[in-house]
Amino acid sequence: MNWIEIFRSGISTGTVLLIAAIGEILTERSGIQNLGVEGMMLVGAMAGFKIALNTGNVWLGLLAAIAAGGLLSLAHALVTIHFQADQTVSGLSLTFLGTGLALVLGDGLTGMTSPVVPKASIPLLSQIPYLGEVAFADHNLLVYFGYLLVPLTWYYINKTRQGLHLRAVGENPAAADTLGVNIYRTRYLYTFIGGCFAGLAGAAISVASAPGWYSNLTVNGQGWIAVALVIFAHWNPWRAAMGGYLFGVLRRFSLDLQGPRLLFGLANPFFFNTNLVFFLQMAPYLLTIIALIWGSSAARRKRIGSPAALGTPYQRGERGL
Amino acid sequence: MNIPYPVLLKRTEDPAKWLPIVTSVAAVVAAFVVSGIILWVTGANPFTVYSYFYRASFGSWGAFSDVIVKATPLLLIGLGCSLAFRMRLWNIGAEGQFFIGAFMASAVVMVPLVNLDTTPRWAIVSLMGLLGMLGGALYAFIPGILKAKLNINEIIITLMLNYIAVLWNNYWIFGKWSEAGFQMTKTFPKSAWLPRLADYAKDVPAFSGLTLHAGILFGLIASIIVYIIVYRSKWGYKITLIGDNPRAARYAGINIATNTILVFMVSGALAGLAGMTEVSGVVHRLQERISNSYGFSGVIVAWLAKLNPFAVIVVSILFGALLVASREIQPSGISFLIQGITLFLVISSDVLLKYEIKWVRPTQQETAQ
Repeated sequence: MNWIEIFRSGISTGTVLLIAAIGEILTERSGIQNLGVEGMMLVGAMAGFKIALNTGNVWLGLLAAIAAGGLLSLAHALVTIHFQADQTVSGLSLTFLGTGLALVLGDGLTGMTSPVVPKASIPLLSQIPYLGEVAFADHNLLVYFGYLLVPLTWYYINKTRQGLHLRAVGENPAAADTLGVNIYRTRYLYTFIGGCFAGLAGAAISVASAPGWYSNLTVNGQGWIAVALVIFAHWNPWRAAMGGYLFGVLRRFSLDLQGPRLLFGLANPFFFNTNLVFFLQMAPYLLTIIALIWGSSAARRKRIGSPAALGTPYQRGERGL
Repeated sequence: MNIPYPVLLKRTEDPAKWLPIVTSVAAVVAAFVVSGIILWVTGANPFTVYSYFYRASFGSWGAFSDVIVKATPLLLIGLGCSLAFRMRLWNIGAEGQFFIGAFMASAVVMVPLVNLDTTPRWAIVSLMGLLGMLGGALYAFIPGILKAKLNINEIIITLMLNYIAVLWNNYWIFGKWSEAGFQMTKTFPKSAWLPRLADYAKDVPAFSGLTLHAGILFGLIASIIVYIIVYRSKWGYKITLIGDNPRAARYAGINIATNTILVFMVSGALAGLAGMTEVSGVVHRLQERISNSYGFSGVIVAWLAKLNPFAVIVVSILFGALLVASREIQPSGISFLIQGITLFLVISSDVLLKYEIKWVRPTQQETAQ
């Protein structure tokens, strides 16, 4: 087994989860839960791939993906913020809608090859033994974008005035309202931003980490895993990054397990019985469940909860939380 | 509400009785219009597509029988979802529970658990049904207990379990139960088939070729049972109370944890039974593609029916028709698209039930401020 390759690929696939999870963290911090990440990612993956293919310019593809994810999220924003619909049901419908849209508009794209996000190495950092090769050499540019995104988002949420408003809206909208923060506008904005990130995460698959359009298998549940990651991460970008990369590594590791004839000196069962591979393929989903159980018990121990107003519509003049 | 238009939304406690039906129907009609526009944009003629839809689903008795066959799992799953949603439990795992139900039912034939030659057909089929329900219920127990004891988001757990269930089935149909290397089991013997109308074609010639099987009876019986549970039983009252006001339910001494697990298991049992009717009544074997995303469509069916067990029957027939018609329509995402738009419009239209809308002149609004 090639450990360098496992970690490299883990970082590359982890970036997808990271971008989607950071977007969802911003949305949920404002009190809106958007379970439509899977649908927005699919639409983003389709739009990114289609536009990159048609224009020959991958950057336009990324822009299209961001716009597509953002536009789709506005449907969720309108329905949950103004119509006060149930956020769970709306998020699910968004996934259906996104899947349907992506399949219809992405018809005929399978098997095509589009331009992809260029790869680059970071000078100096890539010279560090092992770490350089794993994290700073020959990755697509979105991976480095992911590295920047984590500290920036953390700083924005915790150290800026806008971040304070964001947290206030998610924790205690009535109090934020009395301070003059526009609850509706804030929630619309962060739902939209979350959608943009989800769209970008989709494109991070289709034009970067695993280029191509494979209908709904392109995203294949990663949107849901990103939503789970947000809960696991306690709405903290650093933990989301850690979880995302860890997840990517473990996923690649479990798939690589079927390669060698010998495993820890014993005959490798996955090599000799290919049907057991189905159990390896369960790994990401089992990991998600385990991470949620683990995350929830840690949260209870440390008394960390979800943003207090998460999932509750805000209405002026009604008794809030 | 803070809307910059000359309308005033006033919260209303009791909307008119006819309003939910009108808004649901309007939402479906609007969904077809919006989807039509999208079809038109992508270059298809929506009128051709829709008239094809109609002919393919209601054009003949054979087609209608196919519609009911597709509606059967939707009905069972929709009923299960409607019960869970009433308690605000988001069981999105019907797809997985369906697969495990199908697996357990198939085990009766494949292991085999009984002598297939001597055991009477009714006994084999009943055992398959019971095991299917048991499988679905046990699989739903997992998110149930995690929700009840650790308060873990059941949506994520049920979704992850969906993927795991599909892979679990693959393990069996690609390996141990594979027929000659194909990714499916052998065809079940007739003694493990749910009876279908075509079986009686000798006596009633009109039935020849009709695929309608006895599974729909399970669905109809289940809808009566769910109706009685929800509207006529103490348990149903508790479920509704927990869903509407968990705090009040707790003060009233209702055990929320136990009910969470129970409702999850009943919901899963219905999805498992749906899996059994598919393998025993339709495909007569276990294979990879036994579900048309029934588990997800069931969610929409339940919501569109406003969680009313009898309305679920009507809506599942409508969605069955959509599935039958979309079998041959390309691109394949259209039925997803229509389902997604429908659900969106339905939840948007709920605002009409919660609020009375009054148009106000801007001057009036200004004086109000």
